Amino acid sequence: MIGLTHYLVISALIFSIGLMGVLRRRNLLMLFFATEVMLNAVNIAFAAISHYYNDLTGQMFAFFIIAIAASEVAVGLGILIVLYKKHGSLDLDDLANMKG
Amino acid sequence: METLVYIALFAPFASSLFAALFGMSPKQTFVGIVASLLLFASFCASAMLAFHVWTTGAGIHVTMMDWISAGDLHIPFGFVVDQVSVTMMTVVTLVSTVVHVYSIGYMDHDKSFNRFFSYLSAFVFSMMILVMSDNFAGLFIGWEGVGVCSWLLIGFWYHKEDVSREENPSISPSWAANEAFIMNRIADLGMLIGLFILYWNVGSLQYDVVFAALPDLSGSVLNAAAIALFIGAMGKSAQFPLHTWLTDAMEGPTPVSALIHAATMVTAGVFLVIRANPLFSMTPEVSYFIAALGTFVAFFAASMALVNRDLKRIIAFSTLSQLGYMFAAAGLGAYWIALFHLAAHAFFKALLFLGAGNVMHAMHDELDIFKMGGLKKAMKWTYIYMGVASLALAGIPPFAGFFSKDAIIETAFNEGTLFLWVILVVTAGMTAFYSFRQVFLTFEGDERYKAFGIHPHEMYKYVLIAMSPLAILAVIAGFAQGTFEHFVTKLLPDYHMSEHTHHLSMMLGLIVLAFAVGGIVLAYRKYYKGLKRDKKLENSFTYKLLANQYYIPNLYEAIITKPYAMLSEMMWKDVDMKIVDATVDGIAKFLYKSGDASRKMQTGNLSNYLNWMAVGSVFLLVIAVISAMFV
Repeated sequence: MIGLTHYLVISALIFSIGLMGVLRRRNLLMLFFATEVMLNAVNIAFAAISHYYNDLTGQMFAFFIIAIAASEVAVGLGILIVLYKKHGSLDLDDLANMKG
Repeated sequence: METLVYIALFAPFASSLFAALFGMSPKQTFVGIVASLLLFASFCASAMLAFHVWTTGAGIHVTMMDWISAGDLHIPFGFVVDQVSVTMMTVVTLVSTVVHVYSIGYMDHDKSFNRFFSYLSAFVFSMMILVMSDNFAGLFIGWEGVGVCSWLLIGFWYHKEDVSREENPSISPSWAANEAFIMNRIADLGMLIGLFILYWNVGSLQYDVVFAALPDLSGSVLNAAAIALFIGAMGKSAQFPLHTWLTDAMEGPTPVSALIHAATMVTAGVFLVIRANPLFSMTPEVSYFIAALGTFVAFFAASMALVNRDLKRIIAFSTLSQLGYMFAAAGLGAYWIALFHLAAHAFFKALLFLGAGNVMHAMHDELDIFKMGGLKKAMKWTYIYMGVASLALAGIPPFAGFFSKDAIIETAFNEGTLFLWVILVVTAGMTAFYSFRQVFLTFEGDERYKAFGIHPHEMYKYVLIAMSPLAILAVIAGFAQGTFEHFVTKLLPDYHMSEHTHHLSMMLGLIVLAFAVGGIVLAYRKYYKGLKRDKKLENSFTYKLLANQYYIPNLYEAIITKPYAMLSEMMWKDVDMKIVDATVDGIAKFLYKSGDASRKMQTGNLSNYLNWMAVGSVFLLVIAVISAMFV
């Protein structure tokens, strides 16, 4: 039987994978992917807990997150294209021009 | 009538503010004239009030506004004009008006002319608050105001350099100003404690309420309050051991000395004792102490004046001595006699100081009487004025000082305190000697100033005319004794000599007179012809002891000032620098260093920032978990 715990474990695992992506990746596009992964990990947790409590609020939240993530990607990809056109690269090590 | 009260009180204030408007600009004579006119207006108002109180026999009590109203504490800003305060007001404003006019001439060449008038009027205003207030809190405000203004005025020539004590006993104006202020502060603490004791036990600071409640208080409370208040009076009136500031205050401009000594400051202590006479008459031990201390100071100060060479310091010591007489009278219960001597003394002492100012002006600020002599040719009027004032001070009839001082000495006899009486009589002889020693050395004999290339000249005519009211009063004020007694004893307890004393009064007066005349004759024989210095006498131990003021200033310096300075330096170098400053600096250094270290985080690389963000989130998460576990 697959229970709440399993869902949460898988959610945590996916979140960690996403987090590692955010921490380790150097390419901005890959960073975007990693954040999407983290968001979806949270979505899984929301849906699972919502089911567990028989409360639809969590699932509604998951929908919201999907919608917001979609719009975020739309805006973010636009910025990325501009950045790429300007610098010819999306590598973070090349974009470090705000050094303190 | 209420308007007159406000004019008398606020005209000096207006004068001070007006002069302050021009405080920073160069000398403008009209500032002095306006200030003098406003002071004169104040004097006229005071005189009219005196006439009113005289004819109706009733005081005027006005309450201007509520001043402090917090919980049970109610202190209105109220003023009372009764026989005592109106006497003080008239004396203060009269002397101050003369001093203001005099200052126009005296401060003629000073670049801070306008500032001087601002301070001078503020001084008078503080004194008016002090004498007119109807409660102890108002009195205290005036008391402090007088202290601040004296500080400003004694240190008026603050730019003068410090010199060693051997060269000038008062070191420098700013030193003398600080000394006066600090000594007064010590005494004011006593005064404040006295006020607290009274308020604690009575629940009010209004004179009438406090005095009405006195019979219900226990003896120890009364004694404590009387002692504490008298400590305040000792500071302001420069009684031993807080007396050194008064002679050092001679560093201020001479009109200030006249004002401090005659009207606005040192008399405040005597006034306090007179004003609080219901309290002091209920504490005979404290009163006896006051009388004894007063007598001691009278003698002590006169002895120092005998050998001093500084014109202004001699007069300052004589003030100290006369204040001793006043305290002796007040301590023996003869409050009206103390007030009478206060008023009479104000006239001739102001005259004496203003005369000394003329001499100083003529001698280009030279104060050593050994370098003067024979000034009578150049300064006839000043000679007459100072002669009159000295006769009054020495207590020669019919001058003012004879009546008032004789009454005090008679009181000492009447009270059966023969020891005090003897000292006071001897002091009267000493007073006569040192005043005439000074007059003869200054005005008679050989012209020693010529060796110093000084060409003395008489003061401006209007200044001499302005001084005349004081001279007239110094002559005639004594005849008003009976009238004055009748006037003020409506408020103050009457004091009569016993039948026995009355019988002997003629003889007692003659004894005092004999001592006074003896003093003058001695001074005449020694100094009239000129100065013959006696090296043997000047090197004797007694002479040196007196000339160095019993080494009290040196003693204070050795046992108070120096250890205090050492302690302060230790506190500064060890405690302040090594602990307090080090802590503060340490915090700042830590912040700087940590900032420097953490600046390396700012690489500009988004990836690094994200890593730090993750670390921070984890950290917060850990804290949240830990706190959740413990709560």
